[in-house]
Amino acid sequence: MTEALLTIENLNVSYRGNGRSAHILDGVDIKIGRGQSVGLVGESGSGKSTVAFTLLGLLADNAEVSAGYAAFDGRTRNFAARETASLRGTDIAMVFQDPMTALNPMFTIGTQLVDIQRRRFPRESRKALWARAEAVLADVGVQDAAARMHRYPHEFSGGMRQRVVIAMALLVEPKLLIADEPTTALDATIEAQVVEVLHRLRQRTSASMLVVSHSMGLIAELCDSVVVMYGGTVVESGKVADVLHRPRHPYTQALLACEIDPYAAFDPSQDLATIPGNVPDPARRPQGCIFADRCPARHDRCRERPPQRHARDGQNYSCWLEVA
Amino acid sequence: MTALVDLSRRPGGTFALFAVTLLCLVAIAAPLIAPYGPNAIAPASRLMDPSLQHWLGTDQLGRDILSRLIFGARVALGISLSVIAISLTAGVALGVGAALSPRAVDLVIVGIFDIVTSFPSIILALALVAVFGPGLGNVVLLVSIVFIPHFGRVARAQTIAIRNSPFIEAEKVLGAETWRVILHHVTPNIIGPIFVLACMDIPVVITIEAGLSFLGLGVRPPLASWGNLLNDGYTYLDQSPWLATFSGLSLMLATLGFALLGEALRDTLDPKLRKNL
Amino acid sequence: MNALILKDAVIRYDRLTAVDGVSLELRRGETLGLVGESGCGKSSVARAIVGLQPLAAGTLTIEGETLQDAPARRRTDLQRRIQLLFQDPAASLSPRMTVRSLLAEPLKIQKSHSPEAWTRIVALAESIGLGQQLLSRYPHQLSGGQARRVALVRALAAEPSIIVADEPTAGLDISIQGELLNLLRTLRGRLGLSYLLISHNLNVVGRVTDRVAVMYLGQIVESGPTADLFRNSAHPYTRALLSANLTLDAGRRRERIVLSGELPSPSNPPSGCRFHKRCPLAQPRCTREIPVLQGRPGERSFACHFPLRSEPAPAPQAIAG
Repeated sequence: MTEALLTIENLNVSYRGNGRSAHILDGVDIKIGRGQSVGLVGESGSGKSTVAFTLLGLLADNAEVSAGYAAFDGRTRNFAARETASLRGTDIAMVFQDPMTALNPMFTIGTQLVDIQRRRFPRESRKALWARAEAVLADVGVQDAAARMHRYPHEFSGGMRQRVVIAMALLVEPKLLIADEPTTALDATIEAQVVEVLHRLRQRTSASMLVVSHSMGLIAELCDSVVVMYGGTVVESGKVADVLHRPRHPYTQALLACEIDPYAAFDPSQDLATIPGNVPDPARRPQGCIFADRCPARHDRCRERPPQRHARDGQNYSCWLEVA
Repeated sequence: MTALVDLSRRPGGTFALFAVTLLCLVAIAAPLIAPYGPNAIAPASRLMDPSLQHWLGTDQLGRDILSRLIFGARVALGISLSVIAISLTAGVALGVGAALSPRAVDLVIVGIFDIVTSFPSIILALALVAVFGPGLGNVVLLVSIVFIPHFGRVARAQTIAIRNSPFIEAEKVLGAETWRVILHHVTPNIIGPIFVLACMDIPVVITIEAGLSFLGLGVRPPLASWGNLLNDGYTYLDQSPWLATFSGLSLMLATLGFALLGEALRDTLDPKLRKNL
Repeated sequence: MNALILKDAVIRYDRLTAVDGVSLELRRGETLGLVGESGCGKSSVARAIVGLQPLAAGTLTIEGETLQDAPARRRTDLQRRIQLLFQDPAASLSPRMTVRSLLAEPLKIQKSHSPEAWTRIVALAESIGLGQQLLSRYPHQLSGGQARRVALVRALAAEPSIIVADEPTAGLDISIQGELLNLLRTLRGRLGLSYLLISHNLNVVGRVTDRVAVMYLGQIVESGPTADLFRNSAHPYTRALLSANLTLDAGRRRERIVLSGELPSPSNPPSGCRFHKRCPLAQPRCTREIPVLQGRPGERSFACHFPLRSEPAPAPQAIAG
């Protein structure tokens, strides 16, 4: 395998304020291969969005970032120094959950799709950029793209806006596309349309993709590999199919057990699976395994930090339990 | 208590608390602390300069200025608090009523508010008093009318903002009568900004009352209103500057105190500003 | 015996007809699911059932008594038999009231405040994990889960027989949504409740409802027992909606029907079948004739000129992992 597009090892992010310090990310390792699509899955408080924001240099001013090693596109980078802000909008593009945050209500879609390309292609004429924008807009499934270019964001439906934002991200020809909950705000049949657009894109562009979501279903649809986060740490990572069918970390196992398959036979009097307990407070993180408090397989060793285990098929997990 | 501490740490907060507290204490304890009666005439000692007997001097009838100012605080505070109490109650009732009524009723109430506010407050008060005649009761009632739209508008806007919120709807689903929803759930949640407004309106009322009295349309002499005092001081300004100076200063202290208190209160009640302290 | 019957309900907002002739039957002790996408009118139906939105036409029958025929005083009593669980439970709690007064509110409103009644409420609160120490807290001092429980106990304190739950799992992490659904199921048996569950989460609806009704643009297009409807949907919209559900099962993903176009505005619904513009199987007849709901109400029924044939139900599969 060639060198990865993005490698981050031992990423730590903490916030200081009011005399307290909260550790949001603790030793996160992430690797995204060229052309690969990686899913970052976790529940609220897992730190998955913080990873995305760190990559984009969008963290708040009181955030302290440190990484053992970080490289993007063959060059080492210092994510702590906000150097990554220069990658934003050129090498790294982002699709947000709420498309309205990315669109300026005062300008037409066409103007915004042209302006976004200026930094990337400063020498191109407006006419050429406009034509490119129109083509990409049609590409992401906006019908009648030529006319739609002259419309304002409020004249688009939610699904169409999200397509516009995806087009916007594609126009800069990024090496990495980050999608943060790209379909969460959409209705089911519209979500299916956007998933299809993203799916087509995967086959068409060489860009790598990082899909951040709480939905295992979305990750399963769009990604090759998945990184499971809990309480600011990576508990398990590996190929999507492997992690789904043979989860090794107790948290991944418990999370997948909570997924409901409405087509499966079930006993209606049986309780639905849950994970009792709460996500640990980032200001008071436990010394040992982050999941120990809620883990059904907890034992004495869990008071110490669990080791990283590497299974033969490339699946990684951090747990004291040895899983065959 | 913490609110008071928080208030005092706002810009001008300490001064506001000091001025308002002083004013209230003086007004309450007027008969105890005033060295002379407010209307005790002493023709022998007319228009005297400040001295040990008369700390702030005497007026054209030989009355002690300090004593008159102290009793004047009673009038100023009494009138302004009554006016605010009446206009706040009526304004909140009308404003909440408008927000929760059918559109036609709402339009009529808002229309009346618009008409009243389209006149400058002092001019309208002047016109009303000129028509209905001066006197304590009339002044209180007529100035109240001028201030009703202030409270009515804020109450209406606040009510519209929360009338469809889930916690109001939850009460309706439980079967609560309308009066219960208004009294227990709407009013407590809109009253904060209205109290701030009340604080900021008190000095305006004090000035309007003083203005009316100055023009002879407010409180009738010999009652010691600051406006009357100012008027007297103005008349005899060439012979003695003390009366005008001290009554003007009292007026300034009171208006500044309440205005700053209102601003500090607004900042204290706003959770977003509270965090930045 | 039906707990609730909604018949030919029409709901209008000014000139917009959000719900156009919807009928529902909620049987005693069952959970009925109401699904559909935004703008389909499912929330309007919920609001009308709990009395927050007047019906422009149609009737609501609660435990055999028709609301529209009852005298005004009786109406309030009948309406109280239905309580609503709000989508955002924390926002449904009056911010300047303590938990104690919030929970006592239903008793005060019904003028049935007595020490016994209050003891019963406190016991109910404790039975679902709300300790007495929470009684003096204000809503903003509660965690999300606690606020949810306080809202639930308050609704139950009104002694309803029917609970309308509006997106109860929206915004909940998957690891805790089961806890809420388990609690609701336990309470249903213990207190003899019937549920109307409004949700866009098809996984949840498929797992916890007995019957389900699917809405599209202000009308019910299909309804029936949940398991049967999920496996043998007759209406193309139901089929597309169910297939759009994101799944961990790669096999089912391949059968996805991706609809073209967007949800039309309910202010100007298409002629004939409201779904015809997006329907992959539409025929000329669909643009002219309005399909009527066929089949027995409560059992399988659907509104389509060219319903999909039922295929033999696929063998149930185990959940991945």
